[in-house]
Amino acid sequence: MTAGALSALWSHWRRNPLQLFTLVAGLALATALWSGVQAVNAEARASYDAAAATLGEGQYDQLLPAAGELIPQETFVALRRAGWLVGPVVEGQIAGVRLVGIDPLTAPGGMGPVGDAGIDLPQFLANPPVFANAVTAAKLAGAIDAPVVVVASIAPDTAITDIAVPQRLLGATGKFNRLIIAPNQPIGRPALADVAPALVLRGAQRGSEVGRLTDSFHLNLTAFGLLSFAVGIFIVHGAIGLAFEQRRTMIRTLRALGMPLRRLITLMAAELLFLSLIGGFVGVCLGYLVAASLLPDVAATLKGLYGAQVSGTLQLRPSWWLSGMAISVLGTIIAATGALVSVARMPLLASAQPRAWATARGIARRVQITVSVGLLTLAGLLALLGGGLVMGFALLACLLIGAALALPLVLDIALRLASTSARSVTAQWFWADTRQQLPGLSLALMALLLAMAANVGVSTMVSSFRLTFTGFLDQRLASDLYINTESPAQAAALETFVAPRVSETMPLLSAEVELAGLPAEIYGARIGTTYRANWKFLAAAPQVWDRVADGDAVLVNEQLARRAGLWVGDDLAIAPDHVLPIAGVFGDYGNPIGQAITSEVLFATLHPDVRALRFGLRTQDVAALQTALTEDFGLPETSITDQAQIKAFSLGVFERTFTVTAALNVLTLSVAGFAIFMSLLTLAGMRVPQLAPAWALGMTRARLGQLELIRAIVLASLTALMALPLGLGLAWVLLAVVNVEAFGWQLPMYLFPRDYAVMGLFALAAAALAAAWPAHKLARTPPADLLKVFANAR
Amino acid sequence: MHAKAALLAMLLALCMPVAAPAQGFAGMGSEAGGFAVPAPAPEFDFPADHGPHPDYRIEWWYLTANMTGPDGTPYGLQWTLFRSALAPFATTGWDSPQVWLGHAAVTTPKAHYTSERLARGGTGQADVTPAPFEAWIDEWHMRGDTLDAVRLHAAGAQFSYDVSLTAQGPLVFHGQDGYSVKSQQGQASYYYSQPFYALEGTLTLPQGDVPVIGTAWLDREWSSQPLASDQTGWDWFSISFEAGAKLMGFRLRQADGSYYTSGTWIAAEGGTTTLPDGSFDATPLDITDVGGRAVPTRWQVRVPDRAVDITVEAINTQAWMDMAIPYWEGPVRVSGSHNGIGYLEMTGYD
Amino acid sequence: MLLTVRALEKSYAGAEGRVPVLRGIDMEVAAGETLALTGESGSGKSTLLHLIGGLDTADAGSIVMNEQDISRLDDTGRAAVRRSNLGIIFQQFNLIPSLDVAANIAFQARLAGMYDADSATGLAQALGLADHLHKFPEQLSGGQQQRVAIARALAAKPSLILADEPTGNLDEATAAEVMAQMLALVTKTGAALVMVTHSPRLAGQMGRQLHLRQGQLA
Repeated sequence: MTAGALSALWSHWRRNPLQLFTLVAGLALATALWSGVQAVNAEARASYDAAAATLGEGQYDQLLPAAGELIPQETFVALRRAGWLVGPVVEGQIAGVRLVGIDPLTAPGGMGPVGDAGIDLPQFLANPPVFANAVTAAKLAGAIDAPVVVVASIAPDTAITDIAVPQRLLGATGKFNRLIIAPNQPIGRPALADVAPALVLRGAQRGSEVGRLTDSFHLNLTAFGLLSFAVGIFIVHGAIGLAFEQRRTMIRTLRALGMPLRRLITLMAAELLFLSLIGGFVGVCLGYLVAASLLPDVAATLKGLYGAQVSGTLQLRPSWWLSGMAISVLGTIIAATGALVSVARMPLLASAQPRAWATARGIARRVQITVSVGLLTLAGLLALLGGGLVMGFALLACLLIGAALALPLVLDIALRLASTSARSVTAQWFWADTRQQLPGLSLALMALLLAMAANVGVSTMVSSFRLTFTGFLDQRLASDLYINTESPAQAAALETFVAPRVSETMPLLSAEVELAGLPAEIYGARIGTTYRANWKFLAAAPQVWDRVADGDAVLVNEQLARRAGLWVGDDLAIAPDHVLPIAGVFGDYGNPIGQAITSEVLFATLHPDVRALRFGLRTQDVAALQTALTEDFGLPETSITDQAQIKAFSLGVFERTFTVTAALNVLTLSVAGFAIFMSLLTLAGMRVPQLAPAWALGMTRARLGQLELIRAIVLASLTALMALPLGLGLAWVLLAVVNVEAFGWQLPMYLFPRDYAVMGLFALAAAALAAAWPAHKLARTPPADLLKVFANAR
Repeated sequence: MHAKAALLAMLLALCMPVAAPAQGFAGMGSEAGGFAVPAPAPEFDFPADHGPHPDYRIEWWYLTANMTGPDGTPYGLQWTLFRSALAPFATTGWDSPQVWLGHAAVTTPKAHYTSERLARGGTGQADVTPAPFEAWIDEWHMRGDTLDAVRLHAAGAQFSYDVSLTAQGPLVFHGQDGYSVKSQQGQASYYYSQPFYALEGTLTLPQGDVPVIGTAWLDREWSSQPLASDQTGWDWFSISFEAGAKLMGFRLRQADGSYYTSGTWIAAEGGTTTLPDGSFDATPLDITDVGGRAVPTRWQVRVPDRAVDITVEAINTQAWMDMAIPYWEGPVRVSGSHNGIGYLEMTGYD
Repeated sequence: MLLTVRALEKSYAGAEGRVPVLRGIDMEVAAGETLALTGESGSGKSTLLHLIGGLDTADAGSIVMNEQDISRLDDTGRAAVRRSNLGIIFQQFNLIPSLDVAANIAFQARLAGMYDADSATGLAQALGLADHLHKFPEQLSGGQQQRVAIARALAAKPSLILADEPTGNLDEATAAEVMAQMLALVTKTGAALVMVTHSPRLAGQMGRQLHLRQGQLA
């Protein structure tokens, strides 16, 4: 019985290979984009984890020296002998690799070389090896004299070794960059300030911020993946729904012949499970291709934007295979539940007449409208009242699903309006017929709506970010040259040397402090024309620069302002006994921590030990100054950074971001186009009886074909019109709600009408392309096929 | 992380002569790499010899104490500084081949608190100076003008102690005037003790401070090849009898199931008698489960020449030193032909 | 003569080469005449009707209607003939499902530019459809649907009505009623009617009968 039923069920797919293809392809596409994006994210996170695990510094408190200085060995010994269990870290760049030296004897338990490299301690201490992954090891070969041991799990471009090695190679004997504080400390030790007053304590989890920083980027990718998955599931839902409708007769017959309903449902579920596994398998393979082609650009973007090292090569992870298959099965369950339930509920003696896709009339439609209105109302309430990251995502979900559900209704109203204003009979028929097609196309159109909205939303976010960030770079990188000096003495000499040669010298003074109870940086600025001319504020009091220059006020970045709940006019204690009003709040994009700016003079009284080692210089003749600095002053070229280089680099990074975004845009729109194509192709068969009377009454097949094409374009245009506000809403939620909750700053939202127009045209082109083949087929329907409709023998 | 554990294990294997199965550090017993080797009939030079001997591979300052609180509760403490050399010289800076290791513990009848420190020589984080005497690693120290009167401090996350020690008798030399043979093949170390310390001070425990008095025993030992390659662990006893005499004895367990034993009988006034191989005997009576390991915590100890037949019983059977290389070390009480107190150290049971 | 058919031939591709369906048909239909086409299943009567209606193309021969040879017209030309000169009524799937009754009735007339609201209303009333003008086809009974098809065919004021078993899907009583209404209206408008049927009783109500046997007129 089972075999017979299976062969009957399968015969449907054999006779409708297109449906089968749609189902499997829909599942594969949904799985592919989702798992591809997940793979990219997972690879990036694995790299961050490797970075964090390589040293594990982020999990420990650290002691840092004053800016630009090193910690002498005596301080380390004094701390240890006072009972403070600290481990020294030395770090520097060699051959483009971050070489980190630790002392394995005093490093806390979780730190140190990872993986068993088969080195014993006598070897390690006698001739300390350098641990690095294979790629990094190749870079180091020849650059250092120490033996290099390959350990695959070490983060990219990082090498770990005994503390003696970088001290020797970097010429920092007896000096450390920082001290790691072990989590378990002995009882009865003196206060830190009594032992090492010059050092600053930096709390745990601030050391490794890269994961948090890059979250917004991964959020974009995830949003794309999720939406693509949703779009794919729409396709699958459509295919399953159609197949089940068309098999209602067969199901009734099988039941009438004595097949128990339960077994029948089980068989159909098993059949779908089998198909979903096939779809999932294909999808994971495709996802691997997507991820592999995106990853190099993603890695370059992350490195450029955040300095995060991400391996550019994809590793096949078993967990990834499993999750890909699981998401395919899950998607099938979501898409098929309704169909299976309706089969289960179908009375044995009910009319087996296929209802042809559920009509949009009746209860189903009312439920859909109610749910849609409910979700959109909820979205509105959340936007007004909600707070928190989870709320932001809930708002996104309500907005998108509510809008997608509302789409058929909105299109129906639009088409009804169009048909009442139609003059010619062809137009009247066209609109009426289009309305009738709506139920069959609405799933595909919802997919298109979501894809377009996502494109508009994410493009707006990325473009707004680019615009804001480049503007921000312009104000921040106002100096023409940036100089690093090695010591306060050299810094002083430099200031004297450049004084007659530049129009402005800006020392970069900073100290790590706690402001409003939050870890923050305080900067001392030499306020001249550069600051006054270039800096823009989110909010500022009158004469803001004068007041700051006089030491009467302070500037804070948006992160500090939002986290501490402060704004212009509020007071901020920048030192235990020094309270100043806030005169301005400035945007500070990409920076995770709070920042305050005071005048150089005030900074010097608050932090007399801090000497500026970095300088920004303004000049009319950059080349001449650069020559003077290298040839006359003897500064190595590596200590001079040209502002134009930094900007070019940053813009290059954004181009990479755009490559990724554009690729994902094309992919999601293609999926939506595929959905339309498949819907039209399936509908084409049912269209013949609907079109035959019109043809018989005197419309040519060519005209009918044209109208089919126009219909698809009209529907796509209407959907695009609705996608635009939805996409902008999405962008607003991402920029003003999610971003603020996740990262502490709000990105101003810019509109890019030209981009939207291009995207709209692209969507119309996708729709036209999808409709072209079905329309062409229709226009070529042999008259005999049309006549069959009227044949008496039906 | 794993590699670091392995490095530590290696380090501890270097420091602790009997900590791991013999094959784990085969070759340690052989002469190696230009290290000096102990020779019979040593002539010690004090106070210089209280300080480190970097041309020998390993060395330790090993102090244990039996104490009582105001209510008569027995306590034990341990303070140990190990030195392990990767090469037979000392320099300043991070290239130094000298590695230091500290272990500290406080044992009560119900609890056992431990802590462990590591340091590289050459930086000042850990070292020993003979005059004035100071041995230290981090904030842990044993220091005084001379070895006869020192203050001792160590601390962990849950405990600390500050006690003063005053010598009530002379230094005691083991083996042949301080040349202590460790196997039939002739492996040996330099070994002397100060077993006559009177102790007074304070233990700081999670429950609060406890004033204590008691006695302490310091072992000084250095060598370059302390073990034979087939020796798998040892059981070491230091016992103070109520009558004033003291006994140091150990049993080196060999892979073939036989033992090498040695010991020193110390008269109340400090005179010593060496107990040659076979004249000291220790037999386990009770085995206790200590964190899944079978550890003998009650022993029968016999020295027939001295008519000693005693039962040695752990005050806290769970005195496990859960370090990178673990061992058992804790205070004991003694009954039988003689009554007394002491310390028991057992290695190779993990 | 309204319609002149000469030497009309048509064959279809079959499993064993081409299968002739019509083999040299010659016939004429005068204006206002009513004609029944009868024959066995497969005799070619529907094919003949489709060719006359410009719904399909002949292999040979001519079909001249109002002095225009529609067998020589292309798709567009034939579509123009259909909407201007012909009213076609099928057994089923006659109506456009997306349009309501009023729009269905007006559809062809408006396509042909011949729409006259009064005559459309008159037709609807005569066929008893006045109360159903704003319903959709799926909401009507079979008899009502065919009445709508008849009204639509007549609304464009064609000179020739082609009907293919127009009552074949209806029960006997309804069929008789619909047929009577159709004949009355055809007579009233002065159009000619060519009806395919295999019912001798219906054929008897026509002015003339032609019988087809194996693609030839008997």
